[in-house]
Amino acid sequence: MSRNTNLSYFWKGCRNSVPFIFVAGPFGMLFGVLGSEGGLSLTQVMTFSFTVFAGAAQFTALQLMREEAPTVIVLASALAVNLRVAMYSASLTPYLGAAPLWQRALAAYFTVDQSYALSIVQFEQGPEMTLQERVAYFFGTSALIAPLWYGMTLTGALLGSTIPDSWALDFALPLAFLAMIGPMLRTPAHVIAALVSVITVLLAGGIPYNLGLLVAGVAGMMAGAWTERYLERRVAEA
Amino acid sequence: MTYSGTPIDTMTIWIVIIGMAVGSFVLRFVFIGFVGRRTMPEWLLRHLRYTAVAMLPALVAPLVIWPSLTVGQPDVPRLSAAAVTLAVAMISKNVVLAIFCGAATLYGLLYLLGSGI
Repeated sequence: MSRNTNLSYFWKGCRNSVPFIFVAGPFGMLFGVLGSEGGLSLTQVMTFSFTVFAGAAQFTALQLMREEAPTVIVLASALAVNLRVAMYSASLTPYLGAAPLWQRALAAYFTVDQSYALSIVQFEQGPEMTLQERVAYFFGTSALIAPLWYGMTLTGALLGSTIPDSWALDFALPLAFLAMIGPMLRTPAHVIAALVSVITVLLAGGIPYNLGLLVAGVAGMMAGAWTERYLERRVAEA
Repeated sequence: MTYSGTPIDTMTIWIVIIGMAVGSFVLRFVFIGFVGRRTMPEWLLRHLRYTAVAMLPALVAPLVIWPSLTVGQPDVPRLSAAAVTLAVAMISKNVVLAIFCGAATLYGLLYLLGSGI
């Protein structure tokens, strides 16, 4: 019986992840194309997508390597872009923290925007779910998307430099990121965080070693946190 | 698509891949694996909430204003496409629709203005 409900939650996770096919597919392919354009071998592109498994951070690393930033800065900046998955991990812990270590380690690997977003909604709406059902649902949300991500990276890497300039693929990355940023601007604090980081990075063009991105990111985070606290106090006083 | 500039050093690529593989896993595992049910300080969570919304715009802004394929010159199709994508994303909260509208704007204006790339 419980095995059946686990399986049905796994399938539910799969089904709910279907719309993300249209995000992860093109994104994976774009990484393959830009990676092979940037001079990465097929093995390197595939190892990248398979071991790192974090789109935005992979693109950041690639962009900074192309700008010939020092390796330490590439790593620090790309991991900073990925700091949000640490927050996802923290937020999932109350729901999955009691699972066996190997399941938690596997869940950690599959913690990305889409698996987190789907799972946290499901877990909050279904307090009656057992631990095993939650684990099954969580893995279900990646069962389609992860293989798709690997496969589309491979397709993109194989197509690579056959794609002509007229496709303006250089601009696919900015458009994809802007589309992701839009829905994130939920509160005044989020808007201010984004504005401060943009202004900082544009003014910080002269900062050496491509440190501008990190400096801007930290400035934006502080601006967001301060705004949030300021607004909370205003509400408390009113 | 032609890529200008010197190729990235193979050793550097592998160091970045391995560093990111380890780093990304640690970031994801640290809370669910080590912290468990203990709570984290409020100030830290407050800052972490804004990581994505601070880092991603800072990454995109220079690419929009000084695109590499136009040799760093701002151009109308790319600036317009960026504005359309962000506006549609904010209003509709639909990532795919926003990318589609942005791409349509980019290709439409590139064609109309006949700028070639």
